[in-house]
Amino acid sequence: MPILEHLWIIPLLPLLGSAINGLLGAKWPNKIVTSVALGSTGISFVCALEAVREFFVSGQVPFSKEFFDWIVAGNFRVGFDLQMDQLTVVMVLVVTGVGFLIHIYSVGYMAHEGGYYRFFSYLNLFMFFMLILVLAANFPLLFVGWEGVGLCSYLLIGFYFLKQSASDAGKKAFIVNRIGDFGFMLGMFLLFRTFQSLDFATVFDGVAKMQPDAMGQFGTLTIASLLLFMGATGKSAQLPLYVWLPDAMEGPTPVSALIHAATMVTAGVYVVARAHVLFTHAPTAMYVVAIIGCATAIFAASIGLVQSDIKKVLAYSTISQLGYMFLACGVGAFGAGIFHLMTHAFFKALLFLSAGSVIHAMGGEQDMWRMGGLASKIRVTFWCMLFGTIAIAGFVPFAGFFSKDAILFAAYQSENGGRTLYGVGLLAAIFTSFYMFRLIWLTFFGEKRYDEHQVHVHESPRSMTVPLMILALLSLVGGWFAAPTLWGGQNYFADFVSPVFGNSEAAGGEAAHSLELSLSFVAVLAATIGLIVAWRMYSGKVNEGTYTGLRKILYHKYYVDELYQAVIVGPLVWLSRNIFWKIVDVGVIDGTVNGIAHGTQSAGDTVRHTQSGNVRSYAVWVIIGAIVILAIIFWPLWRPAFFVASSGGVR
Amino acid sequence: MVPTNYYLVLSAILFGLGIVAFVFKRNIITMFMAIELMLNAVNLAFVAFGKPDGQVFVLFVVVVAAAEAAVGLGIIIMTARNRRSLNVERVDLMKL
Repeated sequence: MPILEHLWIIPLLPLLGSAINGLLGAKWPNKIVTSVALGSTGISFVCALEAVREFFVSGQVPFSKEFFDWIVAGNFRVGFDLQMDQLTVVMVLVVTGVGFLIHIYSVGYMAHEGGYYRFFSYLNLFMFFMLILVLAANFPLLFVGWEGVGLCSYLLIGFYFLKQSASDAGKKAFIVNRIGDFGFMLGMFLLFRTFQSLDFATVFDGVAKMQPDAMGQFGTLTIASLLLFMGATGKSAQLPLYVWLPDAMEGPTPVSALIHAATMVTAGVYVVARAHVLFTHAPTAMYVVAIIGCATAIFAASIGLVQSDIKKVLAYSTISQLGYMFLACGVGAFGAGIFHLMTHAFFKALLFLSAGSVIHAMGGEQDMWRMGGLASKIRVTFWCMLFGTIAIAGFVPFAGFFSKDAILFAAYQSENGGRTLYGVGLLAAIFTSFYMFRLIWLTFFGEKRYDEHQVHVHESPRSMTVPLMILALLSLVGGWFAAPTLWGGQNYFADFVSPVFGNSEAAGGEAAHSLELSLSFVAVLAATIGLIVAWRMYSGKVNEGTYTGLRKILYHKYYVDELYQAVIVGPLVWLSRNIFWKIVDVGVIDGTVNGIAHGTQSAGDTVRHTQSGNVRSYAVWVIIGAIVILAIIFWPLWRPAFFVASSGGVR
Repeated sequence: MVPTNYYLVLSAILFGLGIVAFVFKRNIITMFMAIELMLNAVNLAFVAFGKPDGQVFVLFVVVVAAAEAAVGLGIIIMTARNRRSLNVERVDLMKL
């Protein structure tokens, strides 16, 4: 059966798995829940592979099909339309592939947790929405997936809902995302008003025919782009809406890996890449994207330098890497951004899962200052984590090197302050290398800083280590599509996605090649600097020390949470409590309802005295009523007589 | 032939008497008779025009009046037994 004609199967399978586990799983043993969850995602992955194969066989012609109408009103139509092009291929394979590996890992990680079926039901539901998001062929359907993954993110962050901090973190993620989604919706409305349609094909064709906005001009396209990007900053945790992602680490570690590192948070990058026609017609918006991405990259990386919680380091690292992706999109290198999205999905999922394995081994400890010397005890985890670290730091020939190199190269070449963007990006690369190797040294080397009598360090089970090894392999080879660029060859990944993005980033020529080589050398040098500094500072005997000066500011994340609390949350709570609750709700709304009740009651108290129970008084009322009715009916007939009487005098 | 007007005036007078009796008399049976008087005053007006519609209506009114008399007299008998009185002023259990 040609899967490409039935694309809906790919998202539907995880939805079925979710429904089955969610409705029936509570009473089932873990084994059945596991087989349903893994089966549905596994088959979905196989279907995705088959669909991609058919896509290649058909000669990579972008495929799109309308399955059924969803909203029809006049000329406006939104359908359940799915599509498949080169960009979708990358996203679908990353989502189903990495998602499937993380499902396998979760079997081992969640084995002893309560709510096993609930966890897998949510995780499958997430897969469904994420696949809808990447397969959708119009904005509203994309938005369904967009909101759906937000919902699953909320559910999974708050998975340990009895823990106050976890449920708070879930709410925070949900609310912060609402701000971005507000912008996203406004963007959709604006596009609809301009193009009378929300299908990607119609909208982007319409945009392509329009005159691009000039730099600094805020035309329709620029505003629509900025509004869509506002949605992306919420979902992809960019400045200033990034604050939810570090807190999202309250969720189980596989969730952090799947949702808050590999897939969902990259949805913003996907949307910007999907709407690249729109963004390239709005240079101001592109510039904003580049600056926000670059600023986020350095900002988050600097916070990551001093964090003590192993997952918090990785969370800030994720924000920083997402910043790189937006930097790439902002300078027009959408292919490089998506490339980094893919390699990042591999190595960041690997890092998170390895961190989960470490936490598992330490019996729930997340503070790196209470680890140390674990390398010899959990060898597999150590080597996998090391692979991930080398990949993210950007050493040849690991995946991160090629993708980060492509981004920095594109930034360097861009107009409008490309050198500055490049410089900041390079500094962020040094930071990245530093905090990752700091993590390695603190966790795996040095003396033991935990109580050996209380913590029984043990390697994780097979179901956890095998996905780690697969991801470690992918972190190594995932970037080799671009390897020929080192000796002047093609970047196969860029070639593959170029039909979607056009050849905007193809910068050929010998000069460009030697420039790229030297920039690569600089990037590796930067990573080495980070490595050496981390080694000098954290090998041997270390202690946490005190947090003073800059270190204190960084440790407290520049006090951004406190700032938001004081400037936004505090006044909002005050306003809600003192105005909206005590005055509007209690005074106006409750007052109106209670007032009507009181009025009715007192009116009844007065009028009930007419109900005397005396039959004759009722009769009098009946007669009075009859007379009144007669008077009204005959009033027009009497009037002339009245006039005659008054004008003609008494007869 | 007696003019129609006369019948109508007689009908109005009878109806007025019925109303006055209904409001001012205290005896339930008298009140009941007042109702019958009003019904028949209306009947008189119906037949006065000498048209088939009105005459058929009179038959309906007579039938309804008979049914009403059956129910009404039943109520009166029960009231008389329970209250040992036919004074309508004392039938006031519905009073708050």
